[in-house]
Amino acid sequence: MSALAEPGKSFGQRLQPALADAIIAGWIAFLLFCLLLGVRTVDKVTGLTLQPRPTLLAIAVGIVVFGRLLLNLFVWQAEHPITTPFAKLFTSERFERRDLIVLGTVAFVSALVLIVGSIIGAPGFQLVAACVFAFLGLGVVRRAIVYFFPNLPYARIFTIGGIAFAVLFPIISYLLEKAFHLGLPLRYLFDLSILVLTYVMLGWGLNIVVGLAGLLDLGYVAFYAVGAYVFALLATTFGLGFWMCLPIAGAAAALWGVILGFPVLRLRGDYLAIVTLAFGEIVRIILINWTPVTNGPNGVSDIPKPTFFGLPFSAAGGGPTFSSFFGLKYDPVQGIIFLYYVILGLALITNLVTIRLRRLPIGRAWEAMREDEIACRSLGINTTITKLTAFATGALFGGLAGSFFATRQGFISPESFTFIESAIILAIVVLGGMGSQLGVAIAAIVMVGGFEALRHTEGLQSIFGEGFDPALYRMLLFGIAMVGIMVWRPRGIIGSRSPTIALNEARPIPKDLVDTGRA
Amino acid sequence: MKPWEKDPLLRVEHLTMRFGGLVAVDDVSFEVGRRDITALIGPNGAGKTTVFNCITGFYKPSEGMMELRHPDSQSFDLERLDDHDINSRARVARTFQNIRLFRGMTVLENLMVAQHNVLNRASGLTIGAILGLSGFGKAERLAVDHARHWLGRVDLIAKADEPAGELSYGDQRRLEIARAMCTRPLLLCLDEPAAGLNARETDGLNELLYSIRAQEDIALLLIEHDMSVVMRISDHIVVLDYGKEIADGTAEEVRNDPKVIAAYLGVPDEELPLVEREVGL
Repeated sequence: MSALAEPGKSFGQRLQPALADAIIAGWIAFLLFCLLLGVRTVDKVTGLTLQPRPTLLAIAVGIVVFGRLLLNLFVWQAEHPITTPFAKLFTSERFERRDLIVLGTVAFVSALVLIVGSIIGAPGFQLVAACVFAFLGLGVVRRAIVYFFPNLPYARIFTIGGIAFAVLFPIISYLLEKAFHLGLPLRYLFDLSILVLTYVMLGWGLNIVVGLAGLLDLGYVAFYAVGAYVFALLATTFGLGFWMCLPIAGAAAALWGVILGFPVLRLRGDYLAIVTLAFGEIVRIILINWTPVTNGPNGVSDIPKPTFFGLPFSAAGGGPTFSSFFGLKYDPVQGIIFLYYVILGLALITNLVTIRLRRLPIGRAWEAMREDEIACRSLGINTTITKLTAFATGALFGGLAGSFFATRQGFISPESFTFIESAIILAIVVLGGMGSQLGVAIAAIVMVGGFEALRHTEGLQSIFGEGFDPALYRMLLFGIAMVGIMVWRPRGIIGSRSPTIALNEARPIPKDLVDTGRA
Repeated sequence: MKPWEKDPLLRVEHLTMRFGGLVAVDDVSFEVGRRDITALIGPNGAGKTTVFNCITGFYKPSEGMMELRHPDSQSFDLERLDDHDINSRARVARTFQNIRLFRGMTVLENLMVAQHNVLNRASGLTIGAILGLSGFGKAERLAVDHARHWLGRVDLIAKADEPAGELSYGDQRRLEIARAMCTRPLLLCLDEPAAGLNARETDGLNELLYSIRAQEDIALLLIEHDMSVVMRISDHIVVLDYGKEIADGTAEEVRNDPKVIAAYLGVPDEELPLVEREVGL
């Protein structure tokens, strides 16, 4: 029903098909929900019995019917869809009178809701109104900036701003906390940022294999595991430090990438995905069962933390520590801030190397291979070597991230390297937009950070009642968000591709032309 | 002795390609003269593209040999080389019947990918260039100049920064030829370069092929259905039918060959046994 209505149709003429469509949708919803929501199994003395819940079912079906009817009448079949003014906030189309009236009305109603909510003390009202204002405000600010500064390099500003924020945020928040005792949950914030950055790095690493070379790899976590275990075992067995082991772990993972790459040279698309998935599982199962070396399911513990040029971050040790050397008061947060900068540095190295590689022959060969492997071979490109270098480079960064993971956790076991990790990393790459560095970073922040933020949605309790635990609905919200992105942006947040070289002016290449390497 | 038979660039001998029970190419032998335009023609399904795929290494022939001799008398057995080595070492480039451009990359990027091997060597196998060593910058400038030269030759210089997938069909055909030429080949194999072009574009293509042969000092081998192209520009025509070679000569000789006429136009029913005997069926 997405076709636009012919202009000039009266409301009555549009009502009838819209109503019919809504009733059909309601009927489908009834069939779907009648068992899911309509009945509930209750454990009684007599055994399990079914308890009907007609009200809940009616509410669900009602939402579908009326929602569909309203969407039909005011969006899909409407001459002037009610969503247009909101969409215009995020484009550069001209506003018409009608659009301004709609936006003004919405702002006015939201303001009313906000006032009423604060008078009667309903935080749910306030929350909804605040969300609407945030959305409108974002759009207005965006329009204003684009209007006044139309030719700024926004992507670059965004990137530099993001990096500057990432570099400065821990220091500034730490100093603010020390100076004013704001009670910020510093430890939690830094831990979460470290987690996000680890996934940013993993996303960028996998982006080389999936985004640039177009090789769908479902077993990326294997390289993460190899890096983590190589470091952990070297450190605990031979007493080597983090900085010594980091390159060794990276090299081991890259070598593993080549070893795994060889058997899958001829495979593409779905077949490649299945085999790499199996490789990921093989590595995990070896880690579980090779007890003499890996200590099996018990994992490896007492993995040392990285040092600052030989200075450990401990309260007091045999030699000088970081705090004693610099004459600071010992604070465990210092060690966490250092870890944060280590992963930030590793992630930025991954990014810089990838950006550089894209402009080198090997990176162009990866992208060309994603576009058309046969044409590549006809131009004298050895696709065997090209594929193996893609696997090895991706694996190298996976291994480095794995080493960091091991040193941060201090303990690793095969349980940390399950398939779901591979799936999350791949989801980050696909949602971000394959090949786009910025998109992958945004996706990692949204997927990992946003997922975590859903733990802190106590505001929703005011709408759904005290018994509502938002953490339980994380997966549901997460799924809805994923479906939404895939519906509206099937090629990811940033799907277009920027050329690596230009004669005159480089313009982004539309996403429809860029191959995903799945053929 | 025909002119292309003395000191040929490529000598194909007894080439046979079987797919299971199907004999797609059956004992085909011909020569491609240096600086000649050689055409490979025949009705649909005659095995022309299979011959091409054997020469360019995409198929390994079941029997036969293909010897390519460079001017410095270095010689390559094409049936023993990998497909990418056939381009990078034996210097044979090709285009495809269904255009195979890197659609999501710009026109210029397509031509830069074609110079991969030169650039990759200059980048010190990537590591040198990442560390900022080696003369990669200079090599890249030379590669861009080479690409610019070919963009000028195929009249695409104004579209250098457009994605290849957005070009018109005729432009895509010409870009594919330019991309193949950027690999600096000695033998350029064109699989139906005029397919889908209008009359004006076909004339332009003829001129381009002539100019390539005249200025680049290379041989062209082309498959073509458009007889106006074939008869006008070919020095030498090889005709295939049902995988067998039925004629080999100049345009004039091939045009009047009864087997070729029979293969293209068919023969009256009463003459069929006679012609079949002649053709050897």
